[in-house]
Amino acid sequence: MAIEVIFDMKSLGKFGRFGGVFVPETLIPALEELEAAFTKLKDDKKFKFELNDLLTNYAGRQTPLTFCGNLSKKLGFKIYLKREDLLHSGAHKINNALGQALLARHIGKNRLIAETGAGQHGVAVATAAARLGMKADVYMGTTDIERQKLNVLRMKLLGANVVPVESGSKTLKDAINEALRDWTANVEDTHYLLGSVLGPHPFPTMIRHFQSVIGEEARKQIIELGGRLPSMIVACVGGGSNAIGIFSSFIEDKEVQLVGVEAGGKGIKTKEHAARFADSKNGRVGVIHGTKTYVLQDKYGQIQNTSSIAAGLDYCAVGPEHSLLRDVKRVVYTYATDSEAFDAFKLLSKEEGIIPALESAHAVAHLIKLSGKLKKDDVVIVNISGRGDKDLEQIEGMI
Amino acid sequence: MKTYEEVFSELKRKKEGALVAFVVIGDPDYKTSLEIAKKIADSGADILELGIPFSDPIADGKTIQAADVRSLESGMNTDRAFDFVKEFREYTDIPIGFLTYYNLVYQRGIEKFYSDSRKAGVNSVLIADLSIEESADVIKASNKNKVDTVFMVSQLSSDERIKRIASLSNGFIYLVSRLGVTGTRDDLSSSTFSSIKRVRKFTSKPLCIGFGISTLSHVKDVLKAGADGAIVGSAIVDLIGKNTKNKVKMIESIQDYIKNLKDATKIRKK
Repeated sequence: MAIEVIFDMKSLGKFGRFGGVFVPETLIPALEELEAAFTKLKDDKKFKFELNDLLTNYAGRQTPLTFCGNLSKKLGFKIYLKREDLLHSGAHKINNALGQALLARHIGKNRLIAETGAGQHGVAVATAAARLGMKADVYMGTTDIERQKLNVLRMKLLGANVVPVESGSKTLKDAINEALRDWTANVEDTHYLLGSVLGPHPFPTMIRHFQSVIGEEARKQIIELGGRLPSMIVACVGGGSNAIGIFSSFIEDKEVQLVGVEAGGKGIKTKEHAARFADSKNGRVGVIHGTKTYVLQDKYGQIQNTSSIAAGLDYCAVGPEHSLLRDVKRVVYTYATDSEAFDAFKLLSKEEGIIPALESAHAVAHLIKLSGKLKKDDVVIVNISGRGDKDLEQIEGMI
Repeated sequence: MKTYEEVFSELKRKKEGALVAFVVIGDPDYKTSLEIAKKIADSGADILELGIPFSDPIADGKTIQAADVRSLESGMNTDRAFDFVKEFREYTDIPIGFLTYYNLVYQRGIEKFYSDSRKAGVNSVLIADLSIEESADVIKASNKNKVDTVFMVSQLSSDERIKRIASLSNGFIYLVSRLGVTGTRDDLSSSTFSSIKRVRKFTSKPLCIGFGISTLSHVKDVLKAGADGAIVGSAIVDLIGKNTKNKVKMIESIQDYIKNLKDATKIRKK
């Protein structure tokens, strides 16, 4: 199935009825400039060489595809992990951070701003800024600062300025609000390095492009190692950049089932979750942070606060391309609760010696539910989008 | 109910600029907010812009964010915002503009939002995060229901965009005085004045300047530079935020402030 992505400012980066450019007028010229630069540079030889050099020799690509013997035996089907957790700075976020930082430098914007939830994107931006000699200000909700202290420390060490956000739920949503406000005031010399496939055009398309390396590698690797395409790919979905990254190379392969796992928090019936698709009452099409997509909201359109054990999934909306992939039924979306994710976190650590990020543990949790439902020869790839070191302080006392 | 056209041409005759006052509906609560709105109209404001509070107001600075929080916490929602306007409309005939964010309009249904606006006596709607690119459905509902749509123009907008925005805007054009979000500032930058002149070249529609306008000299200066109106928001909202424990003082201080601002618009414009 071909999912057509219309791409230019005139058509506003629509994914079916989703996406678009819903921003105050002040930001439009910057988005036009960004779109023009991205369109030009993404196929530019020198830019591609520079980015590839950074990804390979600095960030540590390509990442392995690891067969999990113990877990496969336990669950009854073949499990491979795409190891984005092994990347420099600890998660897939660095793919996009290096790409956009390089792009920003090309258009002469040397100050980067970013939002962060779990802190992984903030760390990736701080890392890219340090490496490329740029300045970084990272907005982070105070709730997240509290639960991700290690990443705050890392950002500071890397030379970034962490700006605490006290408004609203004091998490990712509010950090994006503040970053957008900063960008509106400083748009002439500042690039907003958005961390997921969210926001106004061209961000969802551009970030998909920078994350598609995950899927390109995984496709080659599974054919080499397993001799065929996988039966299924599972990824966690906050904004959805790691999922889009790995899905992107398999969307046209109908025989490959794609599964996105949202944060079920304390359960869908409580309001304490971040499952935009699973909650059919409050998860409805709306507009937030510049894009039209599924959003958790009340009947009037006031945005609902979310909750998840994983700060990186704790967000009210999902990337617009996911909304399209869901509506056309190309991807199946499900959820894992906090406790299911935590069990999976412990399981993968013990069985395979790999501590996943709590975000990625949501994808692993779905694997456990598949036990008994798949055949022995079925091959499933799980995207381990990040490593769990950052979460150790948070889970201390829970084990 | 007066139209924008009537108000602006009457002011022109009197050689005055328009004072456009902004408050958030339901800040700090429905009843006080209605008293404030009436007092603003009585004190000489020519136009009242009313914000429907949103949980994530990305175009607003801390002052108006805080007003949105106060209002939402007091139980304000879009239904009650329409009730508010109906009640206020019975009291005054000055133009009323809604100022809000796209999701609230979209969730009500764009067509329903505009037809409800017409029934309630709203003159215009401004949606802070609506680009002209995404405006087709809004323009359709706006034309059908004869409720004006006001767009914002920024000093970064190209000449081409200014022309398009000017042709799509009805009622007046809202020029954002500077880069950034709403909130008071001590000084206006020189770019504010040059952008007034630049936008003026492309349109004869009424042009009002907002964001950071708070002092009497700001008002005088933007009118002298060629604007038809000055929009004052955060500075009024500040008087609400500072006096939540003393409503008498809140309303008196707003009354004095509006009177002074209105005097500042009487500058014998050419």
